[in-house]
Amino acid sequence: MSDTHAHADSTKYYLPHNSPWPILGSVALFCLMMGGASYLNEWAGGWALIPGAVLLATMFFCWFGTVIGENQHGLLNNAQVDRSFRMGMIWFIFSEVMFFAAFFGALFYARELAVPWIGGEGVKLINRLVLWKNYDPTWPTNGPAHIGGRADGTFEVIPAFSLPAVNTLILLSSGVTVTLAHHALRASDRTSLKFWLALTFLLGFTFVGLQAHEYGEAYRELGLRLSTGIYGSTFFMLTGFHGLHVTIGAIMLMVIWFRVWRGHFTPKHHFAFEAVAWYWHFVDVVWLGLFIFVYWL
Amino acid sequence: MAYTEHSAAAHDHHDHKPHGFWNRWLTTTNHKDIGTLYLVFSGIMFFIGGSFAMLIRLELFRPGLQFLDPALFNTMTTMHALVMIFGAVMPGFVGLANWMIPMQIGAPDMALPRMNNFSFWILPFAFTLLLSTLLVPGGGPAGGWTMYPPLVLQTGSAVPLMIFAIHLMGASSILGAINVIVTIMNMRAPGMTLLRMPLFVWTWLITAYLLIAAMPVLAGAVTMLLTDHFFGTSFFNAAGGGDPVMFQHIFWFFGHPEVYIMILPAFGIISEIIPTFSGKPLFGYDAMVYATASIAFLSFIVWAHHMFTVGMPLSSELFFMLSTMLISIPTGVKVFNWATTMWRGSVSFEPPMLWALAFLFLFSIGGFSGLMLAIAPADFQYQDTYFVVAHFHYVLVTGAIFAIMGAVYYWLPKWTGHMYNMTLARWHFWLSAIFVNVLFFPQHFLGLAGMPRRVPDYATQFTDWNMVSSIGGFGFGLSQFLFPYLIWKCAHGGVKATSKVWDTPIGLEWQLPSPAPYHSWVEAPSMDTLDHGVPAHGAGLDHHH
Repeated sequence: MSDTHAHADSTKYYLPHNSPWPILGSVALFCLMMGGASYLNEWAGGWALIPGAVLLATMFFCWFGTVIGENQHGLLNNAQVDRSFRMGMIWFIFSEVMFFAAFFGALFYARELAVPWIGGEGVKLINRLVLWKNYDPTWPTNGPAHIGGRADGTFEVIPAFSLPAVNTLILLSSGVTVTLAHHALRASDRTSLKFWLALTFLLGFTFVGLQAHEYGEAYRELGLRLSTGIYGSTFFMLTGFHGLHVTIGAIMLMVIWFRVWRGHFTPKHHFAFEAVAWYWHFVDVVWLGLFIFVYWL
Repeated sequence: MAYTEHSAAAHDHHDHKPHGFWNRWLTTTNHKDIGTLYLVFSGIMFFIGGSFAMLIRLELFRPGLQFLDPALFNTMTTMHALVMIFGAVMPGFVGLANWMIPMQIGAPDMALPRMNNFSFWILPFAFTLLLSTLLVPGGGPAGGWTMYPPLVLQTGSAVPLMIFAIHLMGASSILGAINVIVTIMNMRAPGMTLLRMPLFVWTWLITAYLLIAAMPVLAGAVTMLLTDHFFGTSFFNAAGGGDPVMFQHIFWFFGHPEVYIMILPAFGIISEIIPTFSGKPLFGYDAMVYATASIAFLSFIVWAHHMFTVGMPLSSELFFMLSTMLISIPTGVKVFNWATTMWRGSVSFEPPMLWALAFLFLFSIGGFSGLMLAIAPADFQYQDTYFVVAHFHYVLVTGAIFAIMGAVYYWLPKWTGHMYNMTLARWHFWLSAIFVNVLFFPQHFLGLAGMPRRVPDYATQFTDWNMVSSIGGFGFGLSQFLFPYLIWKCAHGGVKATSKVWDTPIGLEWQLPSPAPYHSWVEAPSMDTLDHGVPAHGAGLDHHH
């Protein structure tokens, strides 16, 4: 496609030439969003999401494949490129933190302000006197109209020190195993590396499986659903987006594991491994926030 | 393989651009081509958003309903705002960042060139989604760009299209912001310490942090709208224990930093132009940097001044009133520093300087009306009137847009290699500067007299000033056609520009030939040999050697 000027100099600038993947990604996102909007507007069935999703997966596969290929040819192994990738990943994770912050913000606002105000706290006394006379504004709640829940409007929550506590142990252990994998990689112990890495994503998938089990129980037996008032909304949106991130993270760990089998990474150069490990720790920390503020307190 | 590497010491610089539409524009990784794409896109959106504004002013020329039914009128105000904010102003600044940051810091390109292309090409698709809402059952979104529930959820089929369009715009902004941060933190030429960076680079660095912190929150807010509408959640439904006002808090937690996202790069541009045409370095460089950072910090703790009338506790009203007023201190530092830069300078009035001076006066008017709006008890009177409309158009049109115009007139010869038609440029400036005041100044009077915003019809006592405002609007709108014509002529010929272009420009970009080579700095420039015009102190704060 274009010429290459390889120099021995370690301060080479990184100037990739034309790439078809970004425009493919834009088309994919457009198809996905158009499909999603068509589905929600009932212009089309759920199949409308498939073309965009397939294109997007193709784009990720090809784009990362290109970068991995360049990396394997030793063309990106200079300090400046390494720093760019690291900084990029850090700020990407920060943007994800802010996305979760919006939902945590909604949870705190609802618990500390909105629900007490509906119950008539302080200057909002009129709500208790006129609007919602018999409403008990204690958390957890599905609001004065008892939206969602069982037929009688009630619902139960999942106790923190049952399955969620087990999940906490699983996710925290996976944070330890990914670190053991990292130590093994740096010590060139490829056998241990493969073991600890596999254990990490298996723990991740176990976590997701247990979450799915918990969701099933909540829907069937507890009357706790996405539509169960503000508690169901915050509970499922927070844990749901977290579960999605765990799934993505576990898939990324699997990709790294396959790359290890292919002989990629050296004790000194393994940025992709580190980036995924950072991401994994990020979903770990978000879970701690969830365990404390959604399940426990 | 699809990459090129240049040694920092290599002299084998080659300047051939890729041929063909696919290679040159669709798959490009070049910061200048991507900058051009952003700027052209911004220009197209400026005219589309402008045409919506013309329809608004047409309807408001006389009382009564003449041209638009009320629903379409409300759609026009909503779409005008969304298109101008996310389509014209933000991509305009990103285009300038793409063109200028690598040139100003001595880098060959942006740090992550493929992602740069992705950031841009998401945008045309996002706006296809957004503009397609005009054609769907129920019409486009008409509840205002702030998308307050429950009103916005009464929109028809436009809801998911609008929300997904905003998700895509957010993704584009976040990727772009990551690229700007990484480029500035990692790609500076040796010796370009943080406190020797040009102000445009500084203000964009801080803007990028604002983007990364604010845009995901907007994504969260509109996701909650989506699930409230389609999946039965109760975030903004009091019957389920939620609160519609909560949306306003989350939205404005994004929305207020967004305001500074649209003005901080403008501050940077003005800080580049005024020294060049005053023949003096910028007065109070360090203070300018710290003032920008202070404004960015404050922008996260003032959001509820957009919501004084929703029924917040008194303590919140007081906190947000006082924190908002604090912003006038660092902003005042900036305005006085610009004025002091001109003091005893040899000031000349080329077109970029005209836009910068207009910015200085007119943005300050917007700042003062903002200070009036910050006073909570007074805001109870001004809220939702044309006074608010006048205020934010002074800061966004004569602030952000005027700065973008000034930037284009400042750097256009560097981009094209030609000088533009100075007479035509002066006509463009003076027509714009006069008509924009005819357009927006009377809206202060209308608002203080009690005319509400977002209404297609009004009481007859407001007729005169509405007519004046509409005439100003049509004049301003028509004057803008000079701008693409002038740029087109400049791109296709004219007097050859020198590398310095102006008499006493400051900064690395003026060391490059005009037009600038396809890859900006194949060889890192040495800061020690350059007259960068910025005092070389503050080296202790440097993170990068």
